[in-house]
Amino acid sequence: MRKRDLSYWLFLMPVLAALLLVVIAPLLLGIYYSFTDWNGIQTKGFVGFDNYIALFQDERFMDSLWFTVKFSIVSVILINLIGLSLALIVTAKLKTNKALRTIFFMPNLIGGLILGFIWQFIFTKAFAGFGSIVGIESLQGWLSTPGTGFWGLVILMSWQMSGYIMVIYIAYLEGISKELIEAAEIDGANAFQRFRHVVFPLVAPAFTVSMFLTLSNTFKLYDQNLSLTGGGPYNSTQMVAMEIFNTAFGRYDMAYAQAKAVIFFLIVAVIALLQVYLSKKREVEM
Amino acid sequence: MRKKHLVPLEAAGIFLALIWLAPFYLMIVNSLKTKREIFEDTLKPPSTVTFENYVQAFSELDFLRTFVNSVLITVLSVVIIVIFSSMAAYALSRVKSRLSTIIFFVFVAAMLIPFQSVMIPLVTIFGKFEMLNRGGLIFMYLGFGASLSIFLYHGALSSIPKSLDEAATIDGANKFQVFWYIIFPMLKPITVTVAILNTIWIWNDYLLPSLVINQKGMETIPLKMFFFFGEYTKQWHLALAGLTLAIIPVIILYFFAQKEIIKGVSEGAVK
Repeated sequence: MRKRDLSYWLFLMPVLAALLLVVIAPLLLGIYYSFTDWNGIQTKGFVGFDNYIALFQDERFMDSLWFTVKFSIVSVILINLIGLSLALIVTAKLKTNKALRTIFFMPNLIGGLILGFIWQFIFTKAFAGFGSIVGIESLQGWLSTPGTGFWGLVILMSWQMSGYIMVIYIAYLEGISKELIEAAEIDGANAFQRFRHVVFPLVAPAFTVSMFLTLSNTFKLYDQNLSLTGGGPYNSTQMVAMEIFNTAFGRYDMAYAQAKAVIFFLIVAVIALLQVYLSKKREVEM
Repeated sequence: MRKKHLVPLEAAGIFLALIWLAPFYLMIVNSLKTKREIFEDTLKPPSTVTFENYVQAFSELDFLRTFVNSVLITVLSVVIIVIFSSMAAYALSRVKSRLSTIIFFVFVAAMLIPFQSVMIPLVTIFGKFEMLNRGGLIFMYLGFGASLSIFLYHGALSSIPKSLDEAATIDGANKFQVFWYIIFPMLKPITVTVAILNTIWIWNDYLLPSLVINQKGMETIPLKMFFFFGEYTKQWHLALAGLTLAIIPVIILYFFAQKEIIKGVSEGAVK
């Protein structure tokens, strides 16, 4: 097959057409709209950077951005800690380790929308029921305050994503040869020392992969946000993805919503490029 | 060789597994209770098991039709993604040119674009062409799913020697025959991974169908669940029965294809 062959283009055509119409054209058109006063149907003209200037003074947008950043940082740390712990447990020679892997991974197969509804029941009904039995007042009224809404989302995402991250760590942990660990054991290294000086350096690349995977998933979160808290109470748990959706399809402020979407794209792109840079750097060092 | 010191670790694992399962336990147990019994106590098993909630949820969700809608959209989209992505990856990996490199790079870079950044113009464009229907939705899934799939196929193709293609060509096969009869069967392991990753994502997707096929009778499971939940938000006995119904197909699939699913997901993430 050569470049000028018709077959080269026939093989590429369907996906190129789809990518062009579904991703590239909307992206470019979206950037254009964000500099206009487009209302979803027509534009009267350019407004320069007005939409962008407005959004940085928009409390609702800045609050959602700040909430998203806080939520992502806390979730990334917890998901990775829990995921790594689960991986260490199920890579030990346990009788139950296959069953445990199956259970920990299961939530990932179910859609975020459905998981959010299930946890809405757990937080509002089961927490309250359990709280009144054991006499813990703070288990009442979950999801009705900004704080419990925040932690509700963090708990839901940790429960869902830890099993996913566990699978990634397992792939790296099982790549470590048994001889290496046994050699360290014979040399007198205790369990902590073996983890710190033998296992940890070898799974370090897994940290880069897992950190950025969780970061990008939590930063872009929409479904769970919609079904667990709906952004409430009083928009206090509304994340950026939902803020963009509501600006566009709730308030029909299309050009303005698109400006927010462009900023959102830039942030996500910077995070991703940072990952590429860091993993390239690591490869060079190794 | 089992060591004694593993006992506490095993206990910790089992304890955590019970915590992981608790939400499912609570969902199922309460879906079998009457509204009144949920109100009285959420933690205990039901005093008398009632399937009444399931009967009502099944008909309110129009479950059979909703399920068929989901299967139709998911299967068609995945088949199309597999066919066209593998073909594209083949062309890009066999023709080594600057153009191929650029096209490949564009696909990979497109993975970075979050859905919300293109969502509004996407709906506008497809609305203009009157493509806000199931055909349009499947085409959109090809656009969003192609990048990762091409990336995975491209990696697998680099380990299949070009001499195979040449031998088949000498035997008189044309390019489509070479690809479909010689190369594609050799890509089977990566096809399984591509199919699994796209199935999980498309089956569970809510936002795109909500924007594209939001019409009565066409809803997929997540879409229907959203409306159903909105209607029965204070009636947990029905809502929980509906949620249980919604996840049963996934659990059954997981039960049968567990090994492939976990392997596929970890490959897709690590690469």
